[in-house]
Amino acid sequence: MSDDQTPAGALVAPKTASSSDRFGVLSRSTLLRHTLFAVVGFGIVLLIIQALDEGTNATQVAPIAITTCAAAGLTLLVGLSGQISLGNGAFMFVGAYTTALLLEHWHTAHGNLQLIAVFAASIVVSALFGAVVGVAGARLRGPYLAGATLALAIGLPQIVNYQHLSGTLGGVNGISVVAPNPPSSFDLYRWHSVMASASAIIVLWFLANVSRSRIGRSLRAVRDDEIAASLSGLSVPRLQVLAFVISAGCAGLAGGLLAIVSLAAGPGAFPLALSLGLLAAVVFGGLGSLAGAVYGSIVVTLLPQWSQDISRALHIHSDKITNNIPLVVYGVVLAVAMLAVPNGVQGAVLRLRGMALARLRK
Amino acid sequence: MFKFFNLTLSGVSNGMIYAAVALALVMIWRATRIVNFAQGAMLMFTTFIAWDLSEQHGVNYWVCLIVAMLSGFVIGGVAERFLVRPVETGPPLNAVIVTLGLFIFLQGLAGMIWGNAQAHSYPPGFSFIGYKVGDRTLLFSPNDLYIVIAVAILVVLLYLLFNWTPVGLRMRAAAFNPEVARLLGVRVGRLLTVGWALAALVGALAGILAAGTQPGYVAPSGLFDALLVYGFTAAVIGGLDSPIGAVIGGLLLGVALSLADSYIDNNIEGMYALIILIAVLMVRPNGLFARQHARRV
Repeated sequence: MSDDQTPAGALVAPKTASSSDRFGVLSRSTLLRHTLFAVVGFGIVLLIIQALDEGTNATQVAPIAITTCAAAGLTLLVGLSGQISLGNGAFMFVGAYTTALLLEHWHTAHGNLQLIAVFAASIVVSALFGAVVGVAGARLRGPYLAGATLALAIGLPQIVNYQHLSGTLGGVNGISVVAPNPPSSFDLYRWHSVMASASAIIVLWFLANVSRSRIGRSLRAVRDDEIAASLSGLSVPRLQVLAFVISAGCAGLAGGLLAIVSLAAGPGAFPLALSLGLLAAVVFGGLGSLAGAVYGSIVVTLLPQWSQDISRALHIHSDKITNNIPLVVYGVVLAVAMLAVPNGVQGAVLRLRGMALARLRK
Repeated sequence: MFKFFNLTLSGVSNGMIYAAVALALVMIWRATRIVNFAQGAMLMFTTFIAWDLSEQHGVNYWVCLIVAMLSGFVIGGVAERFLVRPVETGPPLNAVIVTLGLFIFLQGLAGMIWGNAQAHSYPPGFSFIGYKVGDRTLLFSPNDLYIVIAVAILVVLLYLLFNWTPVGLRMRAAAFNPEVARLLGVRVGRLLTVGWALAALVGALAGILAAGTQPGYVAPSGLFDALLVYGFTAAVIGGLDSPIGAVIGGLLLGVALSLADSYIDNNIEGMYALIILIAVLMVRPNGLFARQHARRV
């Protein structure tokens, strides 16, 4: 079974003869199928947002969607192109500050339409930054790349302390963000949730198409064997940089959304634990799987809430323990996933589905 | 001129600490071709153990140092045997992710035991008041001298261990060619465990020395994360493969950071390390002191 060797094997949907007869045009046009999934998915998310009453649950939708944007970008980079990045938190940092600075200095009367332009700018700026990192990264392999991106995650947020920039970037306290008012039919949390989930679904739709396109196939070829890929005429460095650009763009959008939702952009929001948490989300769901990135993001975002519930259930009254449960869980997930279940949750789901289909066909 | 000399001197003692962290990374890289990203968290944990003994129970500085190094030895050995062993032969990405898992697990565990609300200070080994030359004060104190000597002794001991003892010979054989070493009767697995344990012991020393240089060092994350980045940068300058390169890399990095701190801005040390690391990797993707290897088809 090839899934065992390639962690991202999960992205290749099993092709069965029966499925193409059953769904006709949908199985022939990938783009159409993905678009349909996206529209239906967005409808379901809207219903969920409508149904959630105000309270903790309503505030969790936007963070889940933001983490999904960043994790989906990371899973493309790590799972598909085989390059590790511990620095996607730094790309989020770039996106968040782009959004915050634009909203601070650019005043228009267009209200929420302005946000679309602001997000687009955040994506472009962090994608450009990703291109620079990618050009450096394409020369590096395995642990060297991991170390360089680790230095990026720790080093870049310190730029706010630089004496000539701390005025503009707000130093350790960061910049507070004043976003346009939500449309009158939405309350603030619902508006944030709708905005973030729409972005996450667009990102997932885009990445699903990229992954099934020529670029996606080329990236897999590069991941599996660089030398064979370059002998087949693929430009390995160009593809590796492209993967960094796409991944950084997604993280930039996530950072921009985070700035709007948390009403601030500050260095404290982008610790190393954020980048490692994203990696944990991606590994938990199954490297290279977009669906896995969604599960992983849900788990990683809800973990702090769950740890409080667990502590309460176990009568642990120590904040020290409660606040650190997520970190310990990330660690265990990363280690155990690599040792025991390399394909993550999505790998297990696909295997179960394969077994069920095989039984049905008999 | 005196300022330049003084800053260089003050960079040397920090550089020796980075050299020790780099040495820990290089030892593990040579033995198992893995960069131990958990090194920063491992030495954070052992320093916390020493801090707990020293501040909460009033234990003597030297006893704490030895306890920290021994606990580092145990943590390193356990990590290799139970976490790293299964991924040692797999794709490099898996090993990186496992060490990152250990890294964040130890941070969480330290936070659970000691809390992350405040950063604690660790006592220096000796006075940190600089020596005086005439009427000028050097940026070099008895504590800095102690750091330089402690790391130098360690380097010499490691050199003797690897080059002049049968265990060292076997360790080099196990790292150089595990299959042949195994055929010749070397217990390769056990020696790799010992290699990791020794590396973590070196890291633990670096942790204690670093914690004494600056108040507010001891916290689950923060300065120790940066120490890992500095150690990695130093190791990469030295080519990741050469112990001497690691020491030279550490010294160069220490001096460079000390000069940049003073002449540019002292709040963005992490950015300097990032810039130096990227610059070195761009010039020589495998480090300044490494021989070039062709990638195998």
